[in-house]
Amino acid sequence: MSDHKVQITVNGVPGTDEIEARLLLVHYLRDVRGLTGTHVGCDTSNCGACTVMVDGLTVKSCSVLTVAVDGSEVLTVEGLAADGELSPVQEGFRQCHGLQCGYCTPGMVMAATGLLLDEPAPDEAAIREGIEGNLCRCTGYDMIVDSVRWAAEHGGVGAAAERHAHGGSLPVADDGPAPHGSLPQPAVTP
Amino acid sequence: MGSMIGAAVVRKEDPALLTGRGRFVDDIHLPGTLHMAYARSHLAHARIVSIDTSEATALPGVLGVWTHDDLPGLPPSRSLPGIERPCLATGKVHFVGEPIAVVVATDPYLAADAAAAVVVDYEQLPVMASLAAATAEDATPILDGLPSNLVLEQQLSADDAEAELAAAPHRLAIHLRNQRCAAVPMEPTVCIADWQSGSLTLYATTQTPHHQRNELAQMLGLAQQEVRVIAPDVGGGFGAKASFYPEYLLTAELSRRLRRPVKYVETRSENMTAMVHGRGQEQDIEVGFDDEGRLLALRVRITQDCGGWPDPGGVGLPTLTAFMSGGCYKIPKIAPSFRSIATNTTPVAAYRGAGRPEASFLIERVIDHVAAELGIDPLDVRRRNFIQPGEMPYSTQFEGIVYDEANFPGALESLLRHVDVDGLRKDQADRRQDPSAPLLGIGFSTFVEMGGFGPTPLFEQFGYVGGWESANVRLNVDGSAVVKVGTSPHGQGHQTTFAQIVADQLQIPFEHITVLHGDTATVQEGIGTMGSRGAPVGGSAVLKAAAKVRAKALRIAAHMLEADENDLELVDGRFGVKGAPDQGVTTGEVALRAFKPHLLPEGFDLGLDETAFHEPSNLSYPSGAHCCVVEIDRDTGRVDVLRYVAVDDCGVVLNPLLAKGQIHGGVAQGIAQALYEEVSFGEDGQPGSGSLVDYTLPSAADLPHYETDHQVTPTSFNPLGAKGLGESGATAAPQAVVNAVVDALAHLGVRDVEMPCTPQKVWRILQAATQNGS
Repeated sequence: MSDHKVQITVNGVPGTDEIEARLLLVHYLRDVRGLTGTHVGCDTSNCGACTVMVDGLTVKSCSVLTVAVDGSEVLTVEGLAADGELSPVQEGFRQCHGLQCGYCTPGMVMAATGLLLDEPAPDEAAIREGIEGNLCRCTGYDMIVDSVRWAAEHGGVGAAAERHAHGGSLPVADDGPAPHGSLPQPAVTP
Repeated sequence: MGSMIGAAVVRKEDPALLTGRGRFVDDIHLPGTLHMAYARSHLAHARIVSIDTSEATALPGVLGVWTHDDLPGLPPSRSLPGIERPCLATGKVHFVGEPIAVVVATDPYLAADAAAAVVVDYEQLPVMASLAAATAEDATPILDGLPSNLVLEQQLSADDAEAELAAAPHRLAIHLRNQRCAAVPMEPTVCIADWQSGSLTLYATTQTPHHQRNELAQMLGLAQQEVRVIAPDVGGGFGAKASFYPEYLLTAELSRRLRRPVKYVETRSENMTAMVHGRGQEQDIEVGFDDEGRLLALRVRITQDCGGWPDPGGVGLPTLTAFMSGGCYKIPKIAPSFRSIATNTTPVAAYRGAGRPEASFLIERVIDHVAAELGIDPLDVRRRNFIQPGEMPYSTQFEGIVYDEANFPGALESLLRHVDVDGLRKDQADRRQDPSAPLLGIGFSTFVEMGGFGPTPLFEQFGYVGGWESANVRLNVDGSAVVKVGTSPHGQGHQTTFAQIVADQLQIPFEHITVLHGDTATVQEGIGTMGSRGAPVGGSAVLKAAAKVRAKALRIAAHMLEADENDLELVDGRFGVKGAPDQGVTTGEVALRAFKPHLLPEGFDLGLDETAFHEPSNLSYPSGAHCCVVEIDRDTGRVDVLRYVAVDDCGVVLNPLLAKGQIHGGVAQGIAQALYEEVSFGEDGQPGSGSLVDYTLPSAADLPHYETDHQVTPTSFNPLGAKGLGESGATAAPQAVVNAVVDALAHLGVRDVEMPCTPQKVWRILQAATQNGS
């Protein structure tokens, strides 16, 4: 299996790695970049524990090949509190007890961040629909809904996610980050 | 400083978990780690003719492939006496997903490649994937050495209550099915074994590290101090992570052989057939009652599905169902019996509630059946049968099963203050007249369950060394404290609630207290987290240890102040002389003095470091009243929960925020069982729910907002007065939902809808009723 060279910026930190073509993004983040906050909860893209943002869009990183995000910017849960303070979404989960075991939480926080980027003031139905791709077995979701609402009322997604989504001050890849809302660029395999 | 008990403080656990800095087993990377993968059976019942590992062994990165025969001397996995389950199948396989061979490679992808290259030749055997098939007259015994598929049979009463049933004015036979469910903790089973210098360290996704240590040491012939089990952050468990899994032994053995750490990470699809399932009961019930709906006799015959290898934590579950089958009602005669049956399916053991939700569902459905039979309001049937508050503690007919303090009627009346039943009944009647309106149903569940597991003689029956819990509280020189506790939380928030208990006892700031758990090398002794025992048993141990520290600190303070201990009081972090507010010493000053021998009485034992055990003198019995209001779409059969209202009595509430979380989570799993979830197998034993594509774990869009309230009736059986509540929601909710679904359809003559009440099932009932002209 031939290796592929990829350049991926994760949480603002660029990296160049030789990887196998079949390496899933979640394993790249966890095993190559050492960012173990992104979890694997299933193998059928149902649970969303692996949710991260790629060029401003939330994706399930267990269903994305690493080579497909070559040249992209990735934001993981470790990057949200980049300024040392919990992002409003993270703080909302803390204040409203939106997590118990914490395993789905990084994905849930990323999904909620993505939702609030799209819709800064969602009502309950919109929150429930917005996070329905992420499964939690502990909370029954009600306090997660409260958490997302808390975040919406306390500053939204926070600076790091804003910067990521809007390309702000992050290091810029060759062709520039894709605008928020666009699909990740398809992989170009050598 | 006010009391921390009952304060809604946010969790100490959260910042790490929210920033991706948690430490789950798969996050741990030891140098030189190798990766193990299983080759599993894809047949449910078959003789293994041959296993060809040659191709797998030759693949890149592979260090070896092992079958049962390649690992002589490997002890069996946790088993029932006489029914020993080998870690890797030998001779035959009993269920789809049973491990047959293991591969170890340098990389998890390469290990998976090699596992897929293991070739097994089978000779198929008759498959008995259901209770009906396994108990049929011509059924083939699955377990060697047993003449049939009957694993265990017990009658838990002197007779079968036939005389009392025959004498009752009314008699009703009811069949109920408590379908098999999967726990689905979001983190599957993961372990890393690191065997070096004759000692084993196992990082594992377990709820019971000390218990696993004790068992592993015994299995491997090691002393307990040579085995260290670490449960770091654990991503949910719900009972299923209290079971023992073959990978604990296999990674240990392979680490020993390969002299490198060996890691195993289960995939979700593997998890759906390898991790124990829960529930899986059929119940044949007869109830005798009078014209007013008073229950006179109850006969319960339980058939428990054990799966392909009886799990010691699962075979006895029907005893708990039997003990709790009378619910919160005074029934003169209860006659339970059960049979545990082997089938060609995944083993069954504990899942949130473990035997008690099955009981609560049973009796609460019986109550609604009796009400329907007599045309009486189900609430009145409940009221006429309740055990009254003045009768508590209440000795049931089962030895040792004594309900602690509770107020069953009070919880119901409290619930009814939140629910306008008359208004809902009118709405229901109006909707029935309007064919375009969705149907409305109202269901109730007045439940009691069993928590605070439990007195040692009971727990010994499940293989544990005891039912106590232990805690150590150490006050540092600077007045901060470290707590070590034998519970092993996996989402329950013990770092927070137990710190609250210590803050309250020692009057030191909550922020200055750290709680450690989940490591047999650092925590003195422990049993673990299951059976709603965290607060009542673990919390009580913490309270006792803190009280011992406080008592010793008081002696030091008395010496410092040259006062009598009886004249001192601890207020706001300061030991003061009663009536002389200017004379006092802070807890911090006392802590420092505890390490100054020359300033203490001759021979004073230095330090403030105390360990305590709490042995529960009784189980606890959390109770409450829940109401569910559902709406049913007449065209699709879809059931939506419009309202879910829960009044819980878990005794003293340590932290209302966390209590709410426990109730929500339990109720969610209960609603999920009632409406969505079922583990299914085809007749050939092939899983119909082998991944999260088919197993319908609900999302936020499928579950409602929950309204919660508490009734507080402290238990007198532990010093905290807490009963536990981890399992209450899952115990209470299924029947509240099903009673509501049946209520919505009652005008069509419907008396029962089997769980899960899927749109298809409900739609068929609606269609049948329409065709019958109802």
